[in-house]
Amino acid sequence: MLRNITVGKAASMILVILAAVVFVFPFYWIITGAFKLQVVATAIPPEWFPLRPVMDNWVTLFKNPVGRWTFNSFFVSVAEMAAICLVASTAGFVLAKKEFPGRKIIFTVLIAAMALPKQVILVPLFTMLADLGWINTYKGLIFPAIGWPFGVFLMKQFSQTIPTEILEAAKIDGCSEVRSFASIVIPLLKPALGALAIFTFMTSWNDYFSQLIITRSTEMMTLPLGIATMQGEYKTDYGVMMAGAALASVPMLTIFILFQKAFTQGITLGAVK
Amino acid sequence: MIAAARKSRPRFKREWITSYIFLLPALAFFIMFVAYPMLRGIYMSFFDYTLTSFEFIGFDNYRTLYEDKNFHKSMWNTIKLVVVGVPIVIIFSIFVAMTIYKKHESVRSLFRGIFYLPAVTSVVSVTVVWGWIYHPNYGVLNYLTGIFGAEPISWLGEPKTALWAITAILVTTSVGQPIILYVAALGNIPISYIEAAQIDRATPGQIFRKIIWPMLMPTNLYVIVITTINTFQCFSLIQLLTSGGPIYSTSTVMYGVYEQAFQFGNFGLASAMGIVLAVIIGIISIIQFKFLGSDVEY
Repeated sequence: MLRNITVGKAASMILVILAAVVFVFPFYWIITGAFKLQVVATAIPPEWFPLRPVMDNWVTLFKNPVGRWTFNSFFVSVAEMAAICLVASTAGFVLAKKEFPGRKIIFTVLIAAMALPKQVILVPLFTMLADLGWINTYKGLIFPAIGWPFGVFLMKQFSQTIPTEILEAAKIDGCSEVRSFASIVIPLLKPALGALAIFTFMTSWNDYFSQLIITRSTEMMTLPLGIATMQGEYKTDYGVMMAGAALASVPMLTIFILFQKAFTQGITLGAVK
Repeated sequence: MIAAARKSRPRFKREWITSYIFLLPALAFFIMFVAYPMLRGIYMSFFDYTLTSFEFIGFDNYRTLYEDKNFHKSMWNTIKLVVVGVPIVIIFSIFVAMTIYKKHESVRSLFRGIFYLPAVTSVVSVTVVWGWIYHPNYGVLNYLTGIFGAEPISWLGEPKTALWAITAILVTTSVGQPIILYVAALGNIPISYIEAAQIDRATPGQIFRKIIWPMLMPTNLYVIVITTINTFQCFSLIQLLTSGGPIYSTSTVMYGVYEQAFQFGNFGLASAMGIVLAVIIGIISIIQFKFLGSDVEY
């Protein structure tokens, strides 16, 4: 029986490794494809490794306003990240640690809203932004995401672990609410804030649907959106498209590899009932 | 006691006010960009709302959907995606998590990272490369199946295969988070439970069913609910790869919402579709909670 278990374990490990290869392959194909000429990229049998890597695709790619698109993506994501960290930490903290009338109702409403499908509100949101004249503006791209209550929920979960005694002690020493929040709570929330920041950045960078409907002009496009619209022009010129795909995902991948721990923590924290 | 007595009413009030000030920014954004659009969506669904008209028509939008063949097709496709995709995601995630959770930390985080890759990558990059892999003439997939003598297939171009080709991509983008959660949950099971069972000569199957599975229930509930909600909202893959075609064979409800609102300009009808989807997701989430949530305590 023991031998069966060992064989089973080895077999499942092999299966997992095979699956991992399938998961990694598209990225390998993006990176190598970005350095292949179109004739090479469309050759059958495929060239598994680019034997004569070329930079032509990147030159073609940069004939499009990718600099502006990259700026837009970074600007929108960083702004959302900063705003959400700020409003979520203050709100999450008082929801976890303060007693005031209406606290329970507010929290319940926020949780209930989170369970509803986010994309369902996109049509009314779009008409509302149109009324405000916010279509095709940074405001329109940034502000709506700040309302999503996930961050508040995450920070509330984490704030509950702050010992109440510390806050009481600060109060007795005559520390004001604002000061005790800034100098005691924020440092304690740092790990959670890190996780939330990275998570928000990713969600914002990859929020394709919102970007698609709120953006109109080429200059206001985000990087993923811009790359998606290039598909019309370059069709089967896969080298150029792969260069674009690489550019659109490299910032996220770098952040992910650097901060994998914070990612994992954010995901596990956010799942606590 | 003395401290409590000293807390006079005005002091309390001041604390409430400070709390509300701390809460206000988050609440304001929430009301403006989440709560209000939700209510507005319900309101809009009772109107013939296009670029040129805004007229109250009662339940006509819902009646239209009830009779619309394309909407039925989109709903049916969405259900197929959920019924096939969600179980694959769950089983695959548990399988991977079970295989890697006892391995060395570096091995664990390597695999966790690999399986989370498609989730962090922009959906645009994912679709661009899969569109190439699936291409009937230049794609790797047909080359590989061709080695085994299979005829080339237009994976995304044929009604029979298109939805399943998309399901495969959807699965790769959905398993990252569940694997992380399952690895964490498995790591929390006290090793002594499993060792005790092994001493009592329990088979691996018994250990899984009697110890591991019940301990995974809270995670299961969360993962199933989240994956179901996300699958129901599948949009970007479809918009980018097939635009719902060929002949609506890959259209989902969410893609239908997009098409009605942003291509045909029927905002009222699109809102009604969104509401129907939200109600269905709500009902299914409640059922899942009732069905799976009962034995969450351990």
